[in-house]
Parts: sequence; C-alpha cells; structure tokens
Amino acid sequence: MSALTQSTPAAAQSDAAPEKELRPPSYWPFVVPALVVVLAIIIFPWVFTIWMSLNEWKVGSPTTFVGFSNYLRLTSDPRFLEAVGHTLVYTVLSVALPLILGTLSAVVFHQNFSGRGFLRGVFIMPMMATPVAIALVWTMMFHPQLGVLNYLLSLVGIPAQLWVFHPATVIPSLVLVETWQWTPLVMLIVLGGLAAIPTEPYESAQIDGASFWQVFRFITLPLIMPFLFIAGMIRMIDAVKSFDIIFAITQGGPGSASETINIYLYSVAFTYYDLGYGSAIAVVFFLLIVLLAAVMLYARQRMLWTEIASGA
Amino acid sequence: MTPRQIIGKIGLWLSVFVIVSPAILFFLWMISLSLKFEVDNAAYPPVFFPDRIAWKNYADVLASNRFLTYFTNSLIVTGSATLLALIVGVPAGYGIARMAAHKSAIVILIARITPGLSYLIPLFLLFQWLGLLGTLVPQIIIHLVVTVPIVIWIMIGYFETTPMELEEAALIDGAGRWQVFRHVALPIAKPGIAVAFILAVIFSWNNFVFGIVLAGRETRTLPVAVYNMISFDQLSWGPLAAAALIVTFPVLLLTVLAQRQIVAGLTAGAVKGG
Repeated sequence: MSALTQSTPAAAQSDAAPEKELRPPSYWPFVVPALVVVLAIIIFPWVFTIWMSLNEWKVGSPTTFVGFSNYLRLTSDPRFLEAVGHTLVYTVLSVALPLILGTLSAVVFHQNFSGRGFLRGVFIMPMMATPVAIALVWTMMFHPQLGVLNYLLSLVGIPAQLWVFHPATVIPSLVLVETWQWTPLVMLIVLGGLAAIPTEPYESAQIDGASFWQVFRFITLPLIMPFLFIAGMIRMIDAVKSFDIIFAITQGGPGSASETINIYLYSVAFTYYDLGYGSAIAVVFFLLIVLLAAVMLYARQRMLWTEIASGA
Repeated sequence: MTPRQIIGKIGLWLSVFVIVSPAILFFLWMISLSLKFEVDNAAYPPVFFPDRIAWKNYADVLASNRFLTYFTNSLIVTGSATLLALIVGVPAGYGIARMAAHKSAIVILIARITPGLSYLIPLFLLFQWLGLLGTLVPQIIIHLVVTVPIVIWIMIGYFETTPMELEEAALIDGAGRWQVFRHVALPIAKPGIAVAFILAVIFSWNNFVFGIVLAGRETRTLPVAVYNMISFDQLSWGPLAAAALIVTFPVLLLTVLAQRQIVAGLTAGAVKGG
C-alpha cells in the first residue's frame, strides 16, 4: 500500500507529512522528458479544450468566438440534462453495489484457504479482461429469447426480462455488468486494509464473546473505513466516466434511456462533429467529477468529526 | 476437528464458491459460446456442452487476413506506447520521488480523473492538421495518456520505498546522478518496472475509446475490430465469442500468471487508464 491509498487519508487528516530535506534541483533532467510528454498530451489538450469550448467549432465550417454561449446552451439542452440524471443514477448504483459486495468478498479472501492466490487471480479476471470483449458476451447473455440469463431466471420461476432492451431495465442491467466487472477492485483495496488491521482487538473481542457480526460491525468496519473511502472514490471516478461497456452494449439506447454524459459527449463530438459544444460538455463533465469527489471528501470529513465528537 | 470447525470450513468454502462463481461461470460460458455451432447457440434451453465442437469458429477468425492486421496493429500500438512510457516514466518517477515533489502528482491525478474523450477532441484536430490520421502514430501517441500516468505513478511509489543509503554512498564515491540512477537505482527497481509494464500493457491493450475515433479501416486495434464485428455480424454468436476470447486471452493469461504483481500495482496506485 503506497501512493494514493496511503497519501489520501493522510492528506485528508493533516498535511503534516514529514518533509524531507530539500535536494538540489539536479534531479530535473530525469523529469524533463516526462514533463514534455505530459505537457503535450495532458496539459495542451486541456488548455485547447477550454479554448474550443468558447468557440463555435464545427468540422468543416469556420470557427467563431462565442464566449460562454456553449455553456449556456447546456443549461437548456434536455438531452444533456437527461444524461446528467442517467449518469448520477448509474454512478450511485455502480459505487454502492461493488462497495458492499467487494467488502464481503474481501472478508472471505482474508481467511486462509488453499488455492487462495490462484482464486484471487480468477476473481480479478473480470476487471482485467478487455471491456469490449466481455460487453459482447454480456450482450448475448442479455438476449431476451436466447440469452442464458432469462433461462437462469426461468429455473427459479422469475419471468423473462428484456434487460438492456427496455428503457426501464437498461441502467440496472448495465450496472450489473459494471458491478461484476469492478467488485474485484474494491475487494483488493479492502483486502489491503484488512491485512493492515492489528490482531489485538479481535483477540479481546473473542474473549468478550462477541458474535461474528458484532466483530465485523464494531471492529472491522471502522478500521477499514479509510480504505472503503478510497475504493468508493476510485469507483465513483470510474463509474462516472464509464464508456466501453455502455457504448458496446447499448450505445446509449434504447432511445436515449442509457445515455450518460460520456456517451452524449461522444455523439456530440464525433457523430455530429460539434467540437465546440463537445468541449464545453467535456469541461462541465470534468468539473462535475471534481465536485462529486469534493462532496465525498466533505462527507468523509464530517464523518470523522462526528466520530471524534461522539467517541471522545 | 470439532464439528464447529467443520461447519466453519464448509461455510468458508461455500462463500469462496459463491464469490468466485460469477467470474468462473461467465468465462466458461464465453468459452462454451465460442465452441458451438449456430444450431447449439440458438438452442433453447441453452446447451452448455455441445455434441459437436466448432473449432471452426476459431479457425475462421484466425484465418481472416484482416485479423492478422488488427493483431499487428494492437501489438505495435501497445508495444510502442508502453515502451515510450517506460523510457520517460521510469526516470520521471525516480526524479519526483527523490525531489519529494509530491505536488507534481496532482497532474497525474488530473489525468486520472479526466474522461478519455476530452483528450480526443483536441488531439483529433491536431492529428488531422498534421495529416497523421490513417497511420498508427495518433493511436500510439494517445495511448501515452493511459500508459505514462500508470508508469510514473507506480514508479514514484516504488522509488520512495527503495533505500537511499546505496545511492548516497555511490554519490560520495563520485558517481554522477545519471550513473547512480543507471547502476544503483534502476537494478533495484526491476520489480516495480515489471508491475508498471504489466499494467501499462493491459490497460493499453484493452483501450477502446481512442481506437473508435482515431482508427481507420486499416489501423484498427483488436478491441475496435471486435466491436465492428458486433455491428455487422449480430447473428453468428460462435465466431463473435471466439474473436472476443482471442482478443482478451493474452490479458487473462497475464492476469493469472502475474496476479501477484497486478494486485501489488493496483492496490498501490489504484490506477486505471482511459
């Protein structure tokens, strides 16, 4: 556990990381090539995107500076507002379900059993597999007549569903795929957290005769909270941006029932080639992700303060 | 063993079975789909073990000369993007770790948060102006968006944990910074480089969004090629599933073989590209 998993909770609590003595700037030559690359492929696109968002910029016609009108257009674009709604629903579900299932899986994987390493490798296969390839197989599984999912449902007496082919069930169905795919990441992060827990609290709980559930609720859960928070943050960032699965399975359909901001952004920029408006969507989209991250950080801080206030 | 322990053991294996089965069943079903003729794939109730095995599905995919082109494209794009990322990213991770320039990691975080499509709009225009569309160069360059942050992020974390004493000793003995990096830091960092390499390869190989915009007919990578098969070939599931399996097989193999490194890398950086 290092880098993000370690620095974020530390940064959230205090900035008091012990500062190493400053080295002379002779390490700069090591960084310069990467700096050039980062400037070219990350900073430049960002600056240029902001500039484009202030212009009427369509492929094949002259560009004109229009100020903030692309942004104003967003506020009255029903398809964009609908996409924001879809994105939020999709994100909330795709954060909550993997967090719950990933934590439970981590508790299981924290036990000792033979073949653990291999099974862990199998367990993480969904998130490493090529998304388009698995999306294709899920599409076949969702097929209303021939799909294996409806067959499985029929075995337990549940009527056939339309899955991704009906506006009411398309987002939950996509969330099912997203959950299947990304529960392993939550599991890995929480598993790292479980490994870092000291054994003393468990020993005294055992002496006090605490039940399995009590141990989980009052010892394990509070101690892995920082890791759950990081997992939730990463999951949020990825779920908001989710593209491959949605695009390959439904392309935002049926109609626009599963059109998230990212899918809409794709249509605007690369189907209609309205690059100025697309850039404005990209900027707002980015700000939305930052905003969601800030809300989560704030909620976490509040929780910490309540814990301190009630605990001490 | 007491009865209580036996029950606990059974409970544990049952829970292991429950949490691992969605992954196992999915991939088994994928294999089953890819090995069945149309008759069996269209059967209801579904057939899991077919009477006749359709090796033909794989033969068809591999025999089409387009497939070889797309496979080569994927190899070139992923190979170049990973190699370039290692060349610039490993020294950068070293420099940042030694300068303790943690603020610079913010750029990596921004890159992590930014949706892949936001890079595509300006870079698409740039490549158009430069007349590079239609070659593999745009895809190699844009895949750096995925690979460079992964490599830098993992290498910062790795170099921060490697001991400084050896390096300081070498400096006192009069070695230059470059020599210290080349002969002291780099050899120690090999496991970290392996982690960065594996993750960069996987996330570049899997990348789809850059390809659908930047790839032409001749420059498609495998994920884009498979996606195009969906739209044209909706009804023949066997060959489709076979193609999907071939595309993702290298990654799955790597996952099982190098799961230790992958787990270390993912929990350290928790990076994902795109």
